[in-house]
Amino acid sequence: MEFLVASTVGLLTAAGVYLLLRARTFPVVLGLALLTYAVNVFLFAMGRLAINMPPVITATSPGYSDPLPQALVLTAIVISFGMTALLVVLALRAYLESDSDHVDIATDGDLKGGPH
Amino acid sequence: MSLVLIVMLPFIGAVLPALMIRTGRNACTIATASVTILAFALLMTHVPAVLRGEVVQVGWDWLPGLGLNANFFLDGLGLLFASLILGIGLLIIIYARFYLAKEDPMGTFFTYLLLFQGAMVGIVLSDNILMLLIFWELTSLSSFLLIGYWKHLPEGRQGARMALAVTGGGGLAMIAGALLLGQIVGSYDLSVILQHKELIQASPLYVPALLLILIGAFAKSAQFPLHFWLPHAMAAPTPVSAYLHSATMVKAGIFLLARLWPVLAGTEIWFYLVTTTGLITMVVAAYIALFKDDLKALLAYSTVSHLGLVTMLLGFGTPLAAVAAVFHIINHATFKAALFMSAGIVDHEVGSRDIKHLGGLVMLMPITATLATIAAASMAGIPLLNGFLSKEMMLEEAAHTVWAGQAWLIPLLATAGAMLSVAYSLRYITQVFFGPVREHYPSTPHDPPMGMWLPPAFLVGLVMLIGLFPQTFAGPLVAASAGAVIGGPLPDYYLSIWHGLTPALFMSAVALGLGIVILWRYTQVRAAWQKGPHPQAKALFDRTLTGAVAVSSALTYRLHNGSLQRYLAWFIGACVVIGYVTFWLSSHEAGNRAMLPAAPVAIVGWLLLIGGCAALMALHRDRLLALITVGVIGLIVSIGFVYLSAPDLALTQISVEVVTVVLLLLALNFLPKHTPAESMSVRKVRDGVLAVVAGLGVGAIAFAAMTRDFVTLSDFYLEQSLPGGGGTNVVNVILVDFRGFDTFGEIIVLGIAALAIFALLDGALRGEVGRKLDAWVSTEQRSMNRHPMMLVVATRVMLPLALLVGAYIFLRGHNVPGGGFIAGLVVAIALIMQYMASGFGWTAKRMRVDYHGMVGAGILIAAATGIGSWIAGHPFLTSAFEYFTWPLVGKFELASAIAFDTGVFLTVVGAVMLTLANLSRIGRRAQHQQINEQPMDVNPLENTKN
Repeated sequence: MEFLVASTVGLLTAAGVYLLLRARTFPVVLGLALLTYAVNVFLFAMGRLAINMPPVITATSPGYSDPLPQALVLTAIVISFGMTALLVVLALRAYLESDSDHVDIATDGDLKGGPH
Repeated sequence: MSLVLIVMLPFIGAVLPALMIRTGRNACTIATASVTILAFALLMTHVPAVLRGEVVQVGWDWLPGLGLNANFFLDGLGLLFASLILGIGLLIIIYARFYLAKEDPMGTFFTYLLLFQGAMVGIVLSDNILMLLIFWELTSLSSFLLIGYWKHLPEGRQGARMALAVTGGGGLAMIAGALLLGQIVGSYDLSVILQHKELIQASPLYVPALLLILIGAFAKSAQFPLHFWLPHAMAAPTPVSAYLHSATMVKAGIFLLARLWPVLAGTEIWFYLVTTTGLITMVVAAYIALFKDDLKALLAYSTVSHLGLVTMLLGFGTPLAAVAAVFHIINHATFKAALFMSAGIVDHEVGSRDIKHLGGLVMLMPITATLATIAAASMAGIPLLNGFLSKEMMLEEAAHTVWAGQAWLIPLLATAGAMLSVAYSLRYITQVFFGPVREHYPSTPHDPPMGMWLPPAFLVGLVMLIGLFPQTFAGPLVAASAGAVIGGPLPDYYLSIWHGLTPALFMSAVALGLGIVILWRYTQVRAAWQKGPHPQAKALFDRTLTGAVAVSSALTYRLHNGSLQRYLAWFIGACVVIGYVTFWLSSHEAGNRAMLPAAPVAIVGWLLLIGGCAALMALHRDRLLALITVGVIGLIVSIGFVYLSAPDLALTQISVEVVTVVLLLLALNFLPKHTPAESMSVRKVRDGVLAVVAGLGVGAIAFAAMTRDFVTLSDFYLEQSLPGGGGTNVVNVILVDFRGFDTFGEIIVLGIAALAIFALLDGALRGEVGRKLDAWVSTEQRSMNRHPMMLVVATRVMLPLALLVGAYIFLRGHNVPGGGFIAGLVVAIALIMQYMASGFGWTAKRMRVDYHGMVGAGILIAAATGIGSWIAGHPFLTSAFEYFTWPLVGKFELASAIAFDTGVFLTVVGAVMLTLANLSRIGRRAQHQQINEQPMDVNPLENTKN
């Protein structure tokens, strides 16, 4: 089981990084989404894996999975929605303003030179 | 308490001049002066106690975790400096009233001056060394404003920048040194540090701490070779020079040396570093001062020279030298402030402060000439004036100090310094006020109004009184402050004019005689000096600065070229390298934690996820398909959470998934539907390699961590969840109770993100983009059914049900999976479905909820819950719960955490709805269609009529 989760994290990271390095905004957003999954699962897995042991106190439960990483990841999921939303809207606004969804600034020399 | 008030008064009072300037210059001056008078009066109430040898202390723990306590204390040294700062400050305020021209913004000037005054008083009264550093940097900043006050003058701006760079840079070194000192002692309170001389001097960190502190102090007190900023700071208005460079700013470094003298002084390294620096500074600066024609430049270098003198005395490390140092601090402050003011008067009334254009002013401005002559004579060390007394003490100490086995060196150089001091002081008198009266001056010389000569006259009075009756007028203050510097019993000394025929008297006489000879032969001396080299520190400084700027801009523009792809590649590459290096350097044993067996269903999920990722890689150019694939992956991740005992995460993930897909679909409506294939294969290979390497690394770390045992904090939470937090769902209890403050921060971030999104989209509806949207022609084929009946009916029927589910999930969240986050997402989805079914315009007319208000209300409710526990006398966000028995319902628990969770719920709903509703507003703008009258395409009512 541990191998399955670890390989999933690795795969999601690899796919996320590849998409993150594309030249257009939409794949970058998707890449970030994948990377978010990877990070969340990674953080979650730091509490170690457990099956059928939800951290809900009952008299009969044999044990509990680690609740702390779960609480961290729960807010992380919601925050990453906020981040994805902001990024998408930024991409949209940039596209509407500039008619291009390329992630790089077109360098026609305006960035070069010193602060004058 | 009044100690804190003394420090805070100038800061609080700094708003007064800015406000009062509208009522006139006099009212503004009176307001400023009364702030200083009040602080000075408060200080004076402590004088009896301090002169009795007591130390006044006040303070409270501010950030005890960092060792940063708001502690103030007042001892003799603090009293001496605070009196100088506030007393001379008051004279400067009066003087500045008459000095500044009508067109100078006086309110701004006094505001800066009071800020500076507060920072200086803060330095000398701080007990905590970290707080002292804060005030230290504040003086650098406020003096920058003061030096650059005449913004229109390039010299003023350059001088201010240079002063800030040197003293601020020195301040950074000082911070490091002070932190080391605190590390050695284990406390950042000066009163504690001063008790641990042996501990500090035995520590291996003593030398680095000393070096760093000395850099900071020397930069501030303009010691060679960091002295060059002070003459350039003379571009400031004269009141600023008189204040900063006689009594305050430049004395701050000296103050710190004196303050730390009991624990730092007395070692060989201290003696050689401090004495040598002081000695060189004293002689070199006096030599330069002799050849300056600008009155203020002459005074600036003479200040540097006298600071060197005091530094040297502190470097000697003997108690008697410390007494002499303290005495000279008082004397120098009085005569130098008076001299700066008189130079300002000459500049103001004659129109020039260049010695070559002056001379013969004694009959034209007799008052000024008298004051300047007495003050300069004191600077020269003429008997019966206070400068003579402390100079005698200095020479006496120098006479029997041996430097590296050379008994003659220090006495000789000290006499040379005194000789040069005599020469430039007398030059100031003779070449400005005496000599032939000129035919023509830049403007007609006359004595200034009384407000301008009274402040220096007061100081000159002190110069003479201390000179004649030192024991009466300076004795108690010198004793109290020297006692504080030495930190032990005072040595045997007596302040008086006549000590008999001592070596010091002989050296003094030689210095006076030779000084007069130099002045007599000034033309020849100057000609000889002209032939010598004149190194320009400013040019060197400018070159260094230009070089540093060039290097950093080259580096910045090379790295920061506007290509996100490049930044990300560098960033990921750097992370990978760091990760792999760390891995390589650590142990590589296999973990020994027992692994869970992989059930068939888990393997199926894993294969599906691999398939999803593979499909995404293959299909990512078709954006719609790619989006759906990402949705599938998200779904499998949430199922994984269920399987691995994280029901709350699964619920959250699946609802966020829905919202995210809707969001991306709305955005995709406008973005291109396909990604062009434009990356070159080299880049694809590079990215692929980076991706694979990163993936392997992260996967390996995850595997390594999961196969090892660890110590968790969570046992506490599992034990305390029910008795302490009153809930059985530990994840929810952590979110709303144990780590409630984190959650509070997170909903604020979410709220801010939603507002930023609103701003971006609302702005898009106006201007250029708005016109583009108006002219938008959709290339996509659209469904003929805008609002299909099936969807409308289904979502309408589901709405109450969905809201009920939301309420249920919310209420049960404390005990079983659920809670504010998940409930908020569920309710938001139910509402979004209405927008999707019946269109934005139709729904927006009926949903009269202000989503901004909802976000704000959520955060406020969460905050109010937290503040409520303050009122109950507990820390922020402490929760309370109680069990009630209700008829019908039975035993029922009510926790204050539910109010907090309500805040979370409202913020989540508000943020999600604000985002999506505004995104669909853009869509509506571009569709150019009327708002539909009916919720669906077919009007069922009309059908029944027919």
